[in-house]
Amino acid sequence: MAVVETKGLTKVFKKGELGAVNDVNLTTQEGEFLVFLGPSGSGKTTLLRMIAGLETPTSGQILIGGQDVTHLSPRERRIAMVFQSYALYPHLTVYKNIAFPLKAQKVPKEQHKQKVEWAAGLLGIEKLLHRKPRELSGGERQRVALARAIVREPTVFLLDEPLSNLDAKLRTSAREELEQFHSRVKTTTIYVTHDQVEAMALGDRIVVLHQGVVRQIGTPKEVYDDPADTFVATFLGSPPMNLIPEERDIVGFRPEHLLPASLISPDQRVSMHFHFSHEEYLGAERILYGSLADKRFEAKDVISRLPSRVEASFEPGSIVEFAVPRNELKFFDRATEKRSEPRVISWQ
Amino acid sequence: MFYPAMIYVLAVIGLPFALAVVYAFSDIKVGSVGYHFVGLQNFKSILHSATFLRALYDSFIFTVGSQILVLVGSTLLALALEKKFRGRGLVRFLMLLPWVAPVSIGAIGWKWILDSLYSVINWVLVRVPIFHLDKFNPPQWLGEPALAMASVIVVHTWRLLPFSTVILLAGLSAIPKEIPEAAEIDGAGFWRKMFQINIPMLLPILNVALLFGIVFTFTDMTVVYILTRGGPYDTTQVVPSLAFFTGVLGGDLSEGAAISLFMVPILVIVAYLMLRAANRSEVT
Repeated sequence: MAVVETKGLTKVFKKGELGAVNDVNLTTQEGEFLVFLGPSGSGKTTLLRMIAGLETPTSGQILIGGQDVTHLSPRERRIAMVFQSYALYPHLTVYKNIAFPLKAQKVPKEQHKQKVEWAAGLLGIEKLLHRKPRELSGGERQRVALARAIVREPTVFLLDEPLSNLDAKLRTSAREELEQFHSRVKTTTIYVTHDQVEAMALGDRIVVLHQGVVRQIGTPKEVYDDPADTFVATFLGSPPMNLIPEERDIVGFRPEHLLPASLISPDQRVSMHFHFSHEEYLGAERILYGSLADKRFEAKDVISRLPSRVEASFEPGSIVEFAVPRNELKFFDRATEKRSEPRVISWQ
Repeated sequence: MFYPAMIYVLAVIGLPFALAVVYAFSDIKVGSVGYHFVGLQNFKSILHSATFLRALYDSFIFTVGSQILVLVGSTLLALALEKKFRGRGLVRFLMLLPWVAPVSIGAIGWKWILDSLYSVINWVLVRVPIFHLDKFNPPQWLGEPALAMASVIVVHTWRLLPFSTVILLAGLSAIPKEIPEAAEIDGAGFWRKMFQINIPMLLPILNVALLFGIVFTFTDMTVVYILTRGGPYDTTQVVPSLAFFTGVLGGDLSEGAAISLFMVPILVIVAYLMLRAANRSEVT
C-alpha cells in the first residue's frame, strides 16, 4: 500500500491553450478510496493518466510511496489500472489475461496458477478462465479486468470509469461489489467518474475537478453539505442546488430544503413566495418547478423536492408560501463564487 | 445495374479463363487451324519438362523469399509510421510511391541500378575499402544465378512493401490504444508488448496482407520479365513468365495455357488455408 501525492501537477496539451490539468496538489491517505469527480473535459482522466505514467506532465511532480516517479515509465511505477473499456487482451484467454502482469513482471512461473486462481476466486470468475474476452458479458469483462489488476497485489489501484459500460442495474450491483472488494484488499484506490452517485457511494473522499482545477477535496458529506463554491454546489445533487443572487452574495439551498412553509417552524425558516408552475411525480418524491414571485428576484427559477408523503396539491400558476430552514442556507461571494460567511436574511 | 459489371467480369476474366481451359486440352498453336482435343497430353508433357519444374521451384523461392521480406519489412514500417512525428504525412506518401508508380518505370530504374557495367551499387561497393571488391570483376547482380534470384526478390519486395504496410497501418489503427497501454502498465517492456500484444492482434490482418502478397507474387511476371527475362539459364524463370514465353512468344498456345492453369489449384489451396486461418484467429 502506498500514498500517492501530486505537487503542482499541470498538463498543457497545446501551447498557449488552457491546461487540461492545472496545478493540482493532492495527497491520498493510506488505503483510501479517493474519487476524482467532474464533468467530461474536467481533466480527471488526464490527471489519472499522468499518475499512471501514460501522459507526461508539463510541470509538477508525482510521488508514489514517497518516491518521485514523475519520470518513470508506467511499468516502473508498479501500479494497476482498470480502463473504461477494460482493455482486455482479446487474443488471450481469461487465464492468460490475468497471468499477463505476472509474466511481465517475471514472477516465478510456479506461482502463476495459484495467484491467478486467488484473484479469480476473489472476483468469482473461476469458471471463465478458459474463455476468450469476446465470450464474456460486460460485467464479466469488468471482473476480469479487476482480477488482472489485483493479481500482482499492486500498491495503488487506478480505475477509470470502470462502471460506465454496464447497464444501470448491473452498475449498482457492481458498485456494491467494488466497495466490498476495496474493504477486503484495502489498497489505495483512485477512481475516476463523472457520476456523482458513484462518487458519493464509493469515495472515502471526493476530489471535485472543473476545467483542470481542483474545486474541493472532502468527504462525500462535506462536498454535499458544505460546497466550496457554486460549481461544486450545482454539480453535486440532482436536481442541483438553487442559487439566488442577493445583494453582494449568492444564496444557495438544496431543493429538498425548499418546503411548504407550514412544515418548518416559524422561528427557523426563511420564507418566500413560490410561483408554482408544474411538477414531476417520481414515486418516492415530487419535483416541483417554479420561480420566486418577489419582483426583486426577477422570477428566478427554483426547484423543490418534496417527499411524496407530504400531501399537498398546488394549482399551476398559484403563488404558495414556501420556506427554507435558516441553517440550510449557503452563502457564496457574488464575485468569486466561493463560500462566504453566512448572514441573516429575510425575504418577506 | 448489375449486368454491366457481370458482362465486364465475364468478358475480361471469364472468357480468357475459359479459353485457357479449352486451349490447355488441345494442340492449338499460333496460326493453326482447327481444334484437336488431346486430353491431358499438355499437362503430362510439362510435368516432364525440366524447365517447367525449375520454374515451379523458382516461383516458390520467389514467393516465399519476397513474402518473408515483405512481412517483416511492412510490420516494422507500419509500427514505425503509426506513431505521430513531424513529417509523418510526407514519409507515408514517399513510402507509397513504389506501389503508385508504374511497375515498368520502377523496374527499369532497378535494371540500371543492378546493371553489369553501370551499377551504382557496384560503383559504391568498389570504393568502400572494407569490401575488398575487385574493381574489374564486381558482382553481376543479374548475371549470377543466386544474385539474380536475390535481386528479383528484393525488387519485388520493394514494390509490394507499400501495399502491405498500408494494410497493416489500417490494422494497427484498429487496435484500441488502451490495450498496449494496459500492457505497459501491467509491466510489459517493448519486446513483450510487440510480440505478445501488438503482433498477435495484428495477425488476422497480417494474414490478409500475406494472402494478397502471395497471389500478387505467384502470378506476377513483370519484375522477372524486365530484369532478367528468366535468366541466367532459366534460374529466375517463374511459372507466369514461362507461360508467357511459351504461349505468347513461343507460339505454343496450348502448352502455355496448361502452364498457367497449373497455378490455379495452388492458389486455390493457398487462399483456402489463409481464409481458414483468418477466421480462426479472428479478434473482436
